Amino acid sequence: MGLLSDPVRRRALARLVLRLNAPLCVLSYVAGIAWFLALVFPPLTQRTYMSENAMGSTMVEEQFAGGDRARAFARDFAAHRKKSGALPVAWLERTMRSVGLEVYTQSFSRKLPFPDETHERYMVSGTNVYGILRAPRAASTESLVLTVPCGSDSTNSQAVGLLLALAAHFRGQIYWAKDIVFLVTEHDLLGTEAWLEAYHDVNVTGMQSSPLQGRAGAIQAAVALELSSDVVTSLDVAVEGLNGQLPNLDLLNLFQTFCQKGGLLCTLQGKGLQTLLLMVLRQASGRPHGSHGLFLRYRVEALTLRGINSFRQYKYDLVAVGKALEGMFRKLNHLLERLHQSFFLYLLPGLSRFVSIGLYMPAVGFLLLVLGLKALELWMQLHEAGMGLEEPGGAPGPSVPLPPSQAMGLALYVLPVLGQHVATQHFPVAEAEAVVLTLLAIYAAGLALPHNTHRVVSTQAPDRGWMALKLVALIYLALQLGCIALTNFSLGFLLATTMVPTAALAKPHGPRTLYAALLVLTSPAATLLGSLFLWRELQEAPLSLAEGWQLFLAALAQGVLEHHTYGALLFPLLSLGLYPCWLLFWNVLFWK
Amino acid sequence: MAAAMPLALLVLLLLGPGGWCLAEPPRDSLREELVITPLPSGDVAATFQFRTRWDSELQREGVSHYRLFPKALGQLISKYSLRELHLSFTQGFWRTRYWGPPFLQAPSVWINLGRSSVMSSQGSSAPLSTSSTPPTQSLPLPPSNPWVWPMTLTTTFCAMLCCRGRWSAPKTSPPGRSSCPVVPRASLISFHLLQAGLSVLLKADRLFHTSYHSQAVHIRPVCRNARCTSISWELRQTLSVVFDAFITGQGKKDWSLFRMFSRTLTEPCPLASESRVYVDITTYNQDNETLEVHPPPTTTYQDVILGTRKTYAIYDLLDTAMINNSRNLNIQLKWKRPPENEAPPVPFLHAQRYVSGYGLQKGELSTLLYNTHPYRAFPVLLLDTVPWYLRLYVHTLTITSKGKENKPSYIHYQPAQDRLQPHLLEMLIQLPANSVTKVSIQFERALLKWTEYTPDPNHGFYVSPSVLSALVPSMVAAKPVDWEESPLFNSLFPVSDGSNYFVRLYTEPLLVNLPTPDFSMPYNVICLTCTVVAVCYGSFYNLLTRTFHIEEPRTGGLAKRLANLIRRARGVPPL
Repeated sequence: MGLLSDPVRRRALARLVLRLNAPLCVLSYVAGIAWFLALVFPPLTQRTYMSENAMGSTMVEEQFAGGDRARAFARDFAAHRKKSGALPVAWLERTMRSVGLEVYTQSFSRKLPFPDETHERYMVSGTNVYGILRAPRAASTESLVLTVPCGSDSTNSQAVGLLLALAAHFRGQIYWAKDIVFLVTEHDLLGTEAWLEAYHDVNVTGMQSSPLQGRAGAIQAAVALELSSDVVTSLDVAVEGLNGQLPNLDLLNLFQTFCQKGGLLCTLQGKGLQTLLLMVLRQASGRPHGSHGLFLRYRVEALTLRGINSFRQYKYDLVAVGKALEGMFRKLNHLLERLHQSFFLYLLPGLSRFVSIGLYMPAVGFLLLVLGLKALELWMQLHEAGMGLEEPGGAPGPSVPLPPSQAMGLALYVLPVLGQHVATQHFPVAEAEAVVLTLLAIYAAGLALPHNTHRVVSTQAPDRGWMALKLVALIYLALQLGCIALTNFSLGFLLATTMVPTAALAKPHGPRTLYAALLVLTSPAATLLGSLFLWRELQEAPLSLAEGWQLFLAALAQGVLEHHTYGALLFPLLSLGLYPCWLLFWNVLFWK
Repeated sequence: MAAAMPLALLVLLLLGPGGWCLAEPPRDSLREELVITPLPSGDVAATFQFRTRWDSELQREGVSHYRLFPKALGQLISKYSLRELHLSFTQGFWRTRYWGPPFLQAPSVWINLGRSSVMSSQGSSAPLSTSSTPPTQSLPLPPSNPWVWPMTLTTTFCAMLCCRGRWSAPKTSPPGRSSCPVVPRASLISFHLLQAGLSVLLKADRLFHTSYHSQAVHIRPVCRNARCTSISWELRQTLSVVFDAFITGQGKKDWSLFRMFSRTLTEPCPLASESRVYVDITTYNQDNETLEVHPPPTTTYQDVILGTRKTYAIYDLLDTAMINNSRNLNIQLKWKRPPENEAPPVPFLHAQRYVSGYGLQKGELSTLLYNTHPYRAFPVLLLDTVPWYLRLYVHTLTITSKGKENKPSYIHYQPAQDRLQPHLLEMLIQLPANSVTKVSIQFERALLKWTEYTPDPNHGFYVSPSVLSALVPSMVAAKPVDWEESPLFNSLFPVSDGSNYFVRLYTEPLLVNLPTPDFSMPYNVICLTCTVVAVCYGSFYNLLTRTFHIEEPRTGGLAKRLANLIRRARGVPPL
C-alpha cells in the first residue's frame, strides 16, 4: 500500500493496469481454466487416506451370510408390492418385527406446487416404515441409519431384501453401541425428507407428516442403498448432496477400504477428467443425487451405494455387498466422535484420489480476478473522467436499471408457480408446462428491459453512465460468484467460466450483435442447457438438439420443484441473484 | 464405558467375615431374593435384592466389629454422619413403553445423599430427631464443599463420578439434602469376589449380554419398633437386568434359569436368613392355562403391584426339599400357547425426549409425555436439569396437550450460572386423559472456552434425562400392606395408597453437539489472522499518518544523486 500512497508509483501502476488490462484478463482467465484442468494430475491430486483413528483398520470379521434370506425377502417384498401397488407397509412391519426390531411407521402427504411430470406425481401421500435395533446397555443417544428409498416402481426390492437380511443378522450381535435405524421410505426422496423433518421435528418444506413415535438419538452416519438386481458387477457411490454439500471424506474412504477388503469393484463414474467434470456438474446442479443427500443438511454424514449390473463377467452376489455394509456399520459403530477429521470440501477425480479445497480454489480465484481487473480499469477511467467533469452530481445513471432487473428476478422467482392456474385457464397447456413456459417467457421478457429504461437516463455524460453501471454489475457479479464458489465450488466455477468473459467484454460500442449473441449464449439459462449437453456427452450418451430441449424443459421444472420440495437453492440463486446481475450487463450492452 | 463392569459392588458387600458362632443372637441379618418378571415385550427382567439389616447405632457408637454389614460403608456412615445414601449405576435405558413401569427407577448414575446435620435435633422429620441424645459430632462436611462426596464414593465403589458444576437441589426435595440427580457417562471399574446362594447366578458374561443392567446401593435407617425409640441400619443392594428374549431365547418367550444365567441354584446362602425366588406367573388374559412353571411352586403369593394384580410363584431355597430333590433348582417357564403377536400393553405413563432442529446455533428440547389412560387425567412433576452451555430461552417454553396450551400449575425455574450451576426447571403439569403433551423449550448453544472442551468435543455433550414423578391411577385398588409381613420385594415398589401408585421415570439422556473449533487449526488461524491484520493495519496506518507533498520534478541526474549521497555521509544538507 506504500505503493498506492506514493502518487508517482500509483500513476505507474494505474498505467500498467490500464494499458495491460486486456492481456492480463486473458492471461488470468486462461490460467483459471488451465488450473482447473490440471487438477486431474498428480501434483494437485493426493491419494485418499483415512484420518479417523477409530476407523483406522478394517480388522473386523464380517460374518454376514444371509444371501438366500435376502433374496427370499426381496422376492416376497416384490410380490407384495405388486399385489398392493404401493409400499407393503403391513408386510414390512410384520417382517421387521419378526427379525426383532422395534417397528414404527410414519405417514406423510405433500401437495407439490405443480405436477411433477418426470416422476408422475402431484398429490403425494405415502408411508415410511422404520425399525430400530436398540443397542444393548446403551441409552439410545446415538444411532446409524441404513435407508432404502423405494420409488413408484419396484426397482429397489433387492435393496429392501438386503436391508432386512442385514437387520436380522445385526440383531443377533451383541457388540452394537449405537442404535441402528433401518428405514424404508416411499416415494424415494420425498419420503426421506418427510422422515428427516419429522425426526428433527422441523418443517422446512411444508411437508405434512405424522409425528414419529420412536427415536434413537443423534444420527451419526447414514448409508442409502439402491440395488435392482440379485447380482452386481460393481458398486457406484454417490456423494453429492443437496446444494452441493458433501459428506466427510472419511466415509468415502471407509467404503473404499471395505471394497478393497472384499475384492468388490467400486467405482465413480468415468475416468480422470471425465469423473472430475461429472462430479462438478452433479455438484453444481445442487440436487441430491440419492437419498443420502438430504441427510447432509442435518449434519449426518451419508452416501448412497448403487449396485450396477453391466455386462462385465465377474459378478458379486448380495453376500459380498452385505459384507461390505456390515464392515462399514461395525466401523461406524466404533466411532467415538462424529466424523470430522477429514475433508468436507473436496473434488474427486477418482475414488482413491482427491483434490482438497486449498488446491482447487485458485482456479476460481483466477477467473474472478478478471472481473476485479476489469472493475479496476473502469474505476480508473471513471476517476479520470470525473477529474475532467466539473459537476458529477447530475448523472443518476447506474442505479436506474437496478430495481427493474431485481424486479424481473423476483417475478421470475414468484410468478411461474403463482400464476400457473391463470396460465392454464388462458392457454391450452398443463400446469407443469405452464410453469416452464412462464419461466422462459419472463426470462425472455427481461431482455426487453433496456428499451424501457434508457430513456430515463440523462444524456449528460454519455460514457459515464454505462461505465458506472458496468462497474456496479462487475462488482455485484464478482461478489455473488465468490460467495457461491465458497459454498459450492462447482457451481461457482461453472458460472464463472461462462459468465466472466462476456461480462468483461460487454460495452455499448463495437460489434453489438456479436456481443449480444455471446451474452445470450452465456446467460444462466444457456449455461444450464450447455451443461446438459456436456453432461450427456460425458456420460457417453450424446443428445440431439430436440432431446436436449426437452431435457432442458424438464430440468427447469425439476429445478423449481426441488426448490419447493427439498429446499434446493439453485433456482432462487439463479432467479434472484445471477439473472438480475446478468440483465445489468444486457443493459450495458444496449446503453444509448 | 468400562467394558468390564462390576458385579461385585454388591458381592463385595455381601460376604463379610462370617461363619463363627456368637454367644448372643446376631444383631444383623441378611435376606436375599430374586424376582423374575416376564415383561410385556417378551423380554425377561430379573431383579436381585440383598438386604442386610443391622441393629446398631452406627452414628453414635464406636462400632468396630462388623459381621455382615460392610465395614467400608459403615465407616462412611459414622464418619460423615450419613442419614441416607442412594447410589445406582445403570447401563442401558429402561424402555418404559415396551417393558412397563420400571421396578427400580434409576437413570444412568444416580446419587442421592442425605446428610444428617446438626439441625436434625431441632425437629426435622427424620427418625433421628426423636432420640434424646444430641448428636455428639458436629457436621464434618462443610456444605460448600460437595466434592468430598464424589471423591469418597469413588474410592469406595471404584467408580469415576464426575459432576460438572455445583450440585443443585430441586425445590421440591427436603432441605439439607445434596443430590446430583444424574451423572451421565460415568465410568465404572470393579472387581469380583466369591459367591454363594442367589449370587451364584451373578455370572458376568451372561449379565453383560443383557439389554439393561442396573445396580444400586441404598442405605437408610429403619425403626426397630413402632415407637421408633431406636433404629437399625438397612443396606439394600439391588441388581436388575433385562434379558433380551430375542437373543437368549431365540425368539421364543420361554425361559429357564439356566438359559438366562448359564447356572442353576444349588444351595442357599449359608449366611442368609431368608433366600427366595419369586416368579411372576400373571397372565394377561383371563384363563390360567397359558403358561406353566417347572418345578411347580409350593406356594403362590398375590398382590397389587404398580396398579395391577400380580401372582407370584415362590421358591424358598431354605426349604430343604426344594434343593435336595434334584440337587439343583432350574426354574423354567413355558408358554403352552404362544402368546399372540399383538402389541404389548402400553403403560399409562411413558415419555420420550429429543433435541429438535438442525444447525449449531439453536435448538429445541422437546419432551413428549404420554398419558394413555382412557379416562383419567393425572399430574406429573417434571424436573429438568440442563447444563449451562445450553442457554435456555424460558419465554419459549410451550406446553401443549391435544393442540391446546396447557398451563402448568407450578413452575420453579432457577437460571444457570455460567460454569457454576445448571438450569433447573421444575413443573407440575396436568396430563389430560388419553393425550400426548409436548413440552418444548428453545436453547442456544454456547461457545465454550477452548480449554473447556472435553477431549472428544465432536462426540457432543450429554444432557441429563428429565425426571418424571407421578401418581398414576391404578387398575386395581390395593389394600394397605404391612411392610414387615409382606415379602421383601414389595419394597422395590413405591408406596401406593390404593387408587394411585407412584412412578418415577427417567427419559433418555441427550447428546447435543456444540459449536466446536477445529483444534488442529489454531496455529494456522493465528498466523493467518496476524498476517492479515498486520498487512491491513500497517498500510492503513501508513496512509493515515503520512503527510503528502507535491514532489518537485526531479532535476539533475546521476551526478547530483551521487553528490547528495556524499553530502549525507558528511552530514551536510543535500542539494
